[in-house]
Amino acid sequence: MFYWSLIIIVLGIYSAYIFGKSRIKSNAKQLDIKTVSLPTYYAQYMMVWCLLPALIVYFGWIIFENQIIQNLVLANFDFELNPTLNPGLLIAEIKNVASNISFAEGKSIEIFNAAEHYSSLKFTSTVAFYLSILIFMILGVMIASRKLQPTFRAQKSIENYIKYFLFFCSTVAVLTTVGIVFSLLFESLRFFSEVSIFEFLFGTKWYPYIPIREGQSGSQGSFGAIPIFAGTFLIMIVAMSVATPIGLFTAIYLSEYASPKIRSIVKPLLEILAGVPTIVYGFFAFVTVAPFVKTFGQSLGIDASPTSALAAGLVMGIMIIPFISSLSDDVINSVPQSLREGSLGVGANKAETIKKVILPAALPGIVGAFLLGVSRAIGETMIVVVAAGTAPNLTANPFENVTTVTVQIVIALIGDQEFDDPRTLSAFALGLVLFVITLILNIFALRIVKKYRERYE
Amino acid sequence: MLKNIENDMSNQYSHEKIIQLRKKRSAADRRFKTYGLIATLMGMAILFFLLFTIFSKGYSSFQKSVIELEVSYDQETLKITSDSTYEEQVKAKFFRVKKNAIAKALPDLSKKDIKLINKMFSINVDKEIKEYFLNNPNILNTTQKIFVTAHSDVDQLLKGNARRNIEEKKRKLNDRQLEFFDEFVSSGRLKTKFNNFFFKNADSRHPELAGIAGSFVGSLFTLMTVFLLAFPIGIGASIYLEEFAPKNKFTELIEVNIANLAAVPSIVFGLLGLGILLNVFGFPRSTPLVGGTVLALMTLPTIIIACRASLKAVPPSIKEGALAMGASKMQAVFHHQVPLALPGTLTGTIIGLAQALGETAPLIMIGMIAFIPNIPTGFTEPSAALPVQIYLWVESSERGFQEKTAAAIVMILIFLFLMNALAVFLRSKFERKW
Repeated sequence: MFYWSLIIIVLGIYSAYIFGKSRIKSNAKQLDIKTVSLPTYYAQYMMVWCLLPALIVYFGWIIFENQIIQNLVLANFDFELNPTLNPGLLIAEIKNVASNISFAEGKSIEIFNAAEHYSSLKFTSTVAFYLSILIFMILGVMIASRKLQPTFRAQKSIENYIKYFLFFCSTVAVLTTVGIVFSLLFESLRFFSEVSIFEFLFGTKWYPYIPIREGQSGSQGSFGAIPIFAGTFLIMIVAMSVATPIGLFTAIYLSEYASPKIRSIVKPLLEILAGVPTIVYGFFAFVTVAPFVKTFGQSLGIDASPTSALAAGLVMGIMIIPFISSLSDDVINSVPQSLREGSLGVGANKAETIKKVILPAALPGIVGAFLLGVSRAIGETMIVVVAAGTAPNLTANPFENVTTVTVQIVIALIGDQEFDDPRTLSAFALGLVLFVITLILNIFALRIVKKYRERYE
Repeated sequence: MLKNIENDMSNQYSHEKIIQLRKKRSAADRRFKTYGLIATLMGMAILFFLLFTIFSKGYSSFQKSVIELEVSYDQETLKITSDSTYEEQVKAKFFRVKKNAIAKALPDLSKKDIKLINKMFSINVDKEIKEYFLNNPNILNTTQKIFVTAHSDVDQLLKGNARRNIEEKKRKLNDRQLEFFDEFVSSGRLKTKFNNFFFKNADSRHPELAGIAGSFVGSLFTLMTVFLLAFPIGIGASIYLEEFAPKNKFTELIEVNIANLAAVPSIVFGLLGLGILLNVFGFPRSTPLVGGTVLALMTLPTIIIACRASLKAVPPSIKEGALAMGASKMQAVFHHQVPLALPGTLTGTIIGLAQALGETAPLIMIGMIAFIPNIPTGFTEPSAALPVQIYLWVESSERGFQEKTAAAIVMILIFLFLMNALAVFLRSKFERKW
């Protein structure tokens, strides 16, 4: 359907273009006056009025078609009589039978009939789809062709359309944010209607399994997210205590000590480190660092878990090093040269200049970089999914197995998703917490960095 | 009082003390510099160690173990004749040929031995035998010596990834199978050759058959979706913000939004895809279309920032020149400014695509984690993606998959490297200095 409608639309707008161009030329000839705009603009005007209705039909169809057909097919089933029927599973089965994926043999006659009904509806819908695309395109062109007069300012209106389009493009970012907030809030509210928000934020037991039978003892689900927050925090602390010193010292070395040649070698290498996908770090943590941490723990007499917070944190720290170093590098470089020269001029050596003058001057920017690093560490998913544990332990021992917000989101959404189950919905509540925290950190950090830049500009 | 201070100073800062102090200070200076050097070297060392680990674990996966079998393409067993049609040949009983060949793989095998030795071959050996026959149909009623793929356990042992000097129970191959293994090796019938399956096949439950073709094609479709969505929208948004946006609250809101979106964790974009695209708009699950849309939204800030920078770099005199010649503002921008900024915007887009190629978490959220054993052929078909394939293999406990994981990572790193190289090339080749 996609490819065919693409071909139809492309052919349609091409013929609209040709039609528009020849029409305006003949119109102008008849009246024997010059057109206000170049003929191409009239043709483009026709193209827009051909394309817009087609797009509206197309997107309307893909959004509503499935829903309407499903409802029509399911209308033949009485769900009140048969409470065991699940609409989702039923429609999947009907679709499979209709498309010959699973054989109709052994299926009930109702499903077979429904499948036939489904196929015929689908066929009707497809025919109607192509017809309505064609009709709407022709209608659009017909209405627009009334404007094909030499006095019509086609260029002006085309440029306005382009401007609207550009404006729409720039609002996509806003729409995305709205979409994120909307989807997180909506599902979270459903979650909080079943689980109290206080239990979620302050409870200390995370056991996201709802009893299957009523009154099943000893397995009451509980959604206290404190152990998850604590685990996230622990891994973040480990990561930042690796990334901050190494990243900061690398930045100091590169901006203050290194020769341009070393700089030109090290910087691209750090960029490679920054460009490595996080799943690769996850693999590295899993096969190399975690076994190392385990043997290291044993040599200290500590029983380290194979998926320890330390291993995940160390590797996450490595991931954040280039991030911290490049941001701090920028910040240190933008400290005015006069401060350096002043300090060196009164007899301080380089280290003293850096420690007493440059770092204090660059501190806000470095704090900003640190906060952005923290926000990355909290939101990082693949390293912890692969290398950290899944057990919600409330502990401060980095050799133990802890879990994080992102891990729990992934666990809740892998496999069967049922959007009436608090277990699935908990992912959205955790996502909301994650989004809010990282948003606050980002806004705060960006503001600090911006203020800092303004001070030295 | 003044005298007091002078006294103090002369006491505190005698000549020797000053020299000592200076020594101390320059030692501190040197120490500080060394810290910086150590930190930088550590970063580099970690990078090389990371790459070394992955390449050393992954390179062996580009080879697979094959065992030589004597296959007799007997027309009685195959139940075909020399003038059978192609369709009949395809349906011939190759599994019986395979059974006979494996039973005679080594001399004097008991029934129990045959069962054991059968487990040392890949499950799809009959398909390989069939393929060989279909390529040379005139070998009917002859006996051919062909190399067929060995089971992953044999493969791992031959490559030295699995240990043999441990307890029998902990080994995948038992003592009797080890004897067969040694016999195959000593007679030169077990060797390694280029692993075509790794590049030809989609995912599989059997490590020796699993390949990256399916996930690679899936990633390709996903990246195409990202490009088709993010590139026009990114350029459009940058042109609007740079050239047409009025200075008001809404424009400010857009700018703040873009800056913040760049730092939102990728998993949140996955939740957006799940909550809005799948549940509200009913996009098809686990398809490159949804994955690409989510990743496009995610990479949009990167692309917009790069595009705006390259639009800004075009000198205003060019636009002003066009305006002075009577062009409208739209013409000045689209005919003069945008073409000059295009190399920069392309570079930014490629870097954004490279970021999207490595992204895993959002794809897991929208269900691209399903086990897909075939190669996808369209945007709306369920498919895997390279990084998700890596994740699936990391999580699998079988040893054979660990090597596959590293090899898939090698491939993804190569692609990332190529994309970045292309970006650098475009920048140096087409970017103009004003």
